[in-house]
Amino acid sequence: MSQKILEAKNITKYFEDPVKVQVLNDINFSINKGEFVSLTGKSGCGKSTLLYVLSTMDTDYEGSIYIDQDEMPKNDEGYLAKIRNEKIGFVFQFHYLLNEFDVLNNVMLPGLKLNKYSKEKIEHRAYEKLKLLGIEHLALKKANQLSGGEKQRVAIARALINDPHIIMGDEPTGNLDKKNSDLVFDIFKKLAHEYNQTLLIVTHDPSFADRTDRIIKMEDGKIIS
Amino acid sequence: MKKGILINIAKALLLARWRQTLVAAIGVTFSITMFVTLLGFMNGLNDLLDGLILNRTPHIKLYNDIKPNANQPIKNAAAYKEKYHFIQSIKSDANKQAIYNSQAIMNSLKKDERVVGFTQKLTAQVFFINGTTDITGVLNGVNAPEEIKLFHFNDYVVAGNAADLEKESNTIILGKSLAEKLLVNLGDVIQLSTARGDRFQLKVVGYFQSGLKDIDMVQSFASIHTVQKIMNKPNSFVTELDVKLKDINLSIPTAKEYAQLYQTDAEDIQTANAQFETGSSVRSIISYAVGITLLIVAGFGIYNILNMMIFEKMDSIAILKATGFSGKDVKSIFMYIAMSIGFFGGLAGLLFGFILSSIIDQIPFVTAALPTVKTFPINYSIIFYIIGISFSLITTYFAGWFPARKASKIDPVVIIRGK
Repeated sequence: MSQKILEAKNITKYFEDPVKVQVLNDINFSINKGEFVSLTGKSGCGKSTLLYVLSTMDTDYEGSIYIDQDEMPKNDEGYLAKIRNEKIGFVFQFHYLLNEFDVLNNVMLPGLKLNKYSKEKIEHRAYEKLKLLGIEHLALKKANQLSGGEKQRVAIARALINDPHIIMGDEPTGNLDKKNSDLVFDIFKKLAHEYNQTLLIVTHDPSFADRTDRIIKMEDGKIIS
Repeated sequence: MKKGILINIAKALLLARWRQTLVAAIGVTFSITMFVTLLGFMNGLNDLLDGLILNRTPHIKLYNDIKPNANQPIKNAAAYKEKYHFIQSIKSDANKQAIYNSQAIMNSLKKDERVVGFTQKLTAQVFFINGTTDITGVLNGVNAPEEIKLFHFNDYVVAGNAADLEKESNTIILGKSLAEKLLVNLGDVIQLSTARGDRFQLKVVGYFQSGLKDIDMVQSFASIHTVQKIMNKPNSFVTELDVKLKDINLSIPTAKEYAQLYQTDAEDIQTANAQFETGSSVRSIISYAVGITLLIVAGFGIYNILNMMIFEKMDSIAILKATGFSGKDVKSIFMYIAMSIGFFGGLAGLLFGFILSSIIDQIPFVTAALPTVKTFPINYSIIFYIIGISFSLITTYFAGWFPARKASKIDPVVIIRGK
């Protein structure tokens, strides 16, 4: 079983401002379904930049990206938004929940946008995801009433709502204490191993990276191992 | 479904900053209120003033002007046909004041599709005898029922009933100021004498008040037959035919046509009262200008508040984009916000505008010049309300468009990484 979920071919990227600097240099790799991959490296090595290129949010790069074996176009904003909605789940360092909504609606939002299921079904699924992460009791609380760890778990639930092909995380534990970091890591692990969920997590925390299935190490815009 | 979720997000964002939203909406409400009220009031005044002149003025007046004959006899002399004529001491021809062949003209007017109706009129110079002094006046012979129907004659008869002119013979309606001068009451009999010296006695059945004192001082009305009798003229003798058209804008060409057709002078209302139209349109332009200015100011308010909201909600916009909302969706969300401020603010504005208009409508406005008016005039035309709501929607659309476009262009990577 080696279905390629994500593939990067010859990714090269420059920052133009203020001087032209190469941040990504001919990056090639692929991730198979169900893999729990961490992307590590020193600060400034380009790992976050690579993640945002892979996430389709940053389209200013050279090379090609395949998600679920489809090449991503670079200038069809609406199509890319659809891909992000349907196939990619995001977890960021800062939790980025919509404070205007309660937890349940935050989780449901991408599902409602996808509009694949009825509202009742999406609500049911949102409850399932929250239950999976052990926070179903928070469903009706406002997003800004939660603790950091709780927020991050809500963000993970939101990432899961559309059964994405891959979950991408940018330092998802970077802003959490040890206990909550472990909790989030355990959730990721459970998702990868029990639910065969593909994960690509950017982290500079070696103890987090060491526990993942595969480590991609970067240095100066290149993959070194 | 997809629209529903965008609207839900817009609603949540709106309610999260409900104070700002309220301020923006109040701006729109205020301007629409003032817009509707101003237009209603201005147009009410316009209608009133138009009514003062236009309702009473025939659209086309057919008459024979006292002027020299354009066809002097020498013109018909074949011997001098090609010559230049010097004629001295030409006199105006007053004998033909009556409209020639009036019965035939009336029959033809009756058949004319463009004509609502017409009335005959006969004007005589008379002296009202008041003890030892005579007061000069004008006695108008009118067809009272037609006059009431076409030219709102009843509106200006402040005491008595205009229709009595036809019911009783030898009756007269006096201008109010004239009656005061003559010291007569309703039911009294007054004496008048014609220019030829014949004396008649007429019973006063009403007072007439036009609002223009100079007119009320000299004008009086009697039935057309009474005046014919006083002037010692036959039944067909009329000096004026007042025509009311279905479309007032046709008065100029129709007047020209009638002048040709009936060989009389024809004066149209637009030429006679040109300055009046100008006044009305200037007032309308001023009220529109003020209203639109108010709306533009409100539009800037909305623009500011949306810009602020976008600045505050950068994170939310970034996360919406990251989770699959396109720039178009984000733009729609902010457009919904702007449009709902415009729509609900505008709707409230219409309501308050109506209320304010109704209040103004209750304020007493009594003036001797306007006998039928008791309170400030308001025009409640639905058009102003339609224009008001359309303007509010258009203004908020443009006020929202620029911030919404800005929001749609936000790059989520910059925001998410920028922390």
